[in-house]
Amino acid sequence: MPKFEKPRSMKDVATHYCPGCGHGLIHRLLCEVIDDLGVRETTVSVAPVGCAVLAYDYWDFDTMEAPHGRTPAVATGLKRVMPDKLVFTYQGDGDLAAIGTSEIIHAGNRGENISVIFVNNGVYGMTGGQMAPTTLKGQTTATSPHTRRVEKEGYPLKITEMMAVLDGVAYLERTSVDSYANIIKTKKAIEKCFRAQLEGKGFSMVEILSPCPTYWGMSPVESMERIRNEVVKEYPLGVIKG
Amino acid sequence: MKNKDKTRPVINKERCKGCGLCINVCPMGSLTSPGEVNKKGLRYAILKNEDKCTGCGMCAVICPDCAIEMREREKKS
Ligand code: SF4
Ligand code: SF4
Ligand code: SF4
Repeated sequence: MPKFEKPRSMKDVATHYCPGCGHGLIHRLLCEVIDDLGVRETTVSVAPVGCAVLAYDYWDFDTMEAPHGRTPAVATGLKRVMPDKLVFTYQGDGDLAAIGTSEIIHAGNRGENISVIFVNNGVYGMTGGQMAPTTLKGQTTATSPHTRRVEKEGYPLKITEMMAVLDGVAYLERTSVDSYANIIKTKKAIEKCFRAQLEGKGFSMVEILSPCPTYWGMSPVESMERIRNEVVKEYPLGVIKG
Repeated sequence: MKNKDKTRPVINKERCKGCGLCINVCPMGSLTSPGEVNKKGLRYAILKNEDKCTGCGMCAVICPDCAIEMREREKKS
């Protein structure tokens, strides 16, 4: 491979993420895309509440912080007043698929010309590994000690598939960071997601299946295997729209 | 081994969190953990077998912490 180093859009600081956490990987991929597209000076991102709440400490471009789940609303305002900027939100599943469900659906339905990086690890990492709407059937978490039972807690929420029916949504893809090949595909999907916005196509989102070794109670290597063997069965990979 | 003499991974041991993903992904078994810890108390990874490394870069791509750079191999004199 040619020379490979930390992307310029990433600050030279260590992150607070746990060993083997997918956030660091996804941060690097999107910074690589921003470098490749040459848009660092014209990018504004919106950071979520969740484990990635401090993302602005790691990214060397403009970032705003939004209240929990409200990043699409903040991104809507930013993009409307600065249509020439690349505006994207970075959200976990607690942020996007729980408290922020309404925000994301309406931003998609309005066809806001923004991009969304949706990191799905199936738990609330920041607050101690509680069950999220995205938690798998039969998964044990801090608040589902007897596992997630669909008769009581419902089914894993497939929000990306739900978004596909909205006319304002231009591009949706689900990827994973469990393997080298899927990491490369994730980078390409992030690029397509950002390009959709730069070409004015409307709302675009990539859902990325990501490991949370700490609250899955597994080693980083086992967590990647769990994505491959279990999580993709509930959340199949591929382009969902666009 | 088309890249054999081009690049090799350089691991920044203070950035490394010892997750082991690079060790697991390396198709040549070139990486290992020596069992020693860095300043944060984490067991960092090292390149144990430079000659076996093909320079494929899979370890650098999977590292969640930007701890691995692929640099040009120093020519042995
Ligand atoms: S709790 Fe989970 S998601 Fe949060 S930093 Fe740790 S591994 Fe990552
Ligand atoms: S560059 Fe490839 S062969 Fe060399 S240590 Fe990394 S993964 Fe192994
Ligand atoms: S993947 Fe990165 S952080 Fe994990 S052990 Fe290897 S060098 Fe360290």
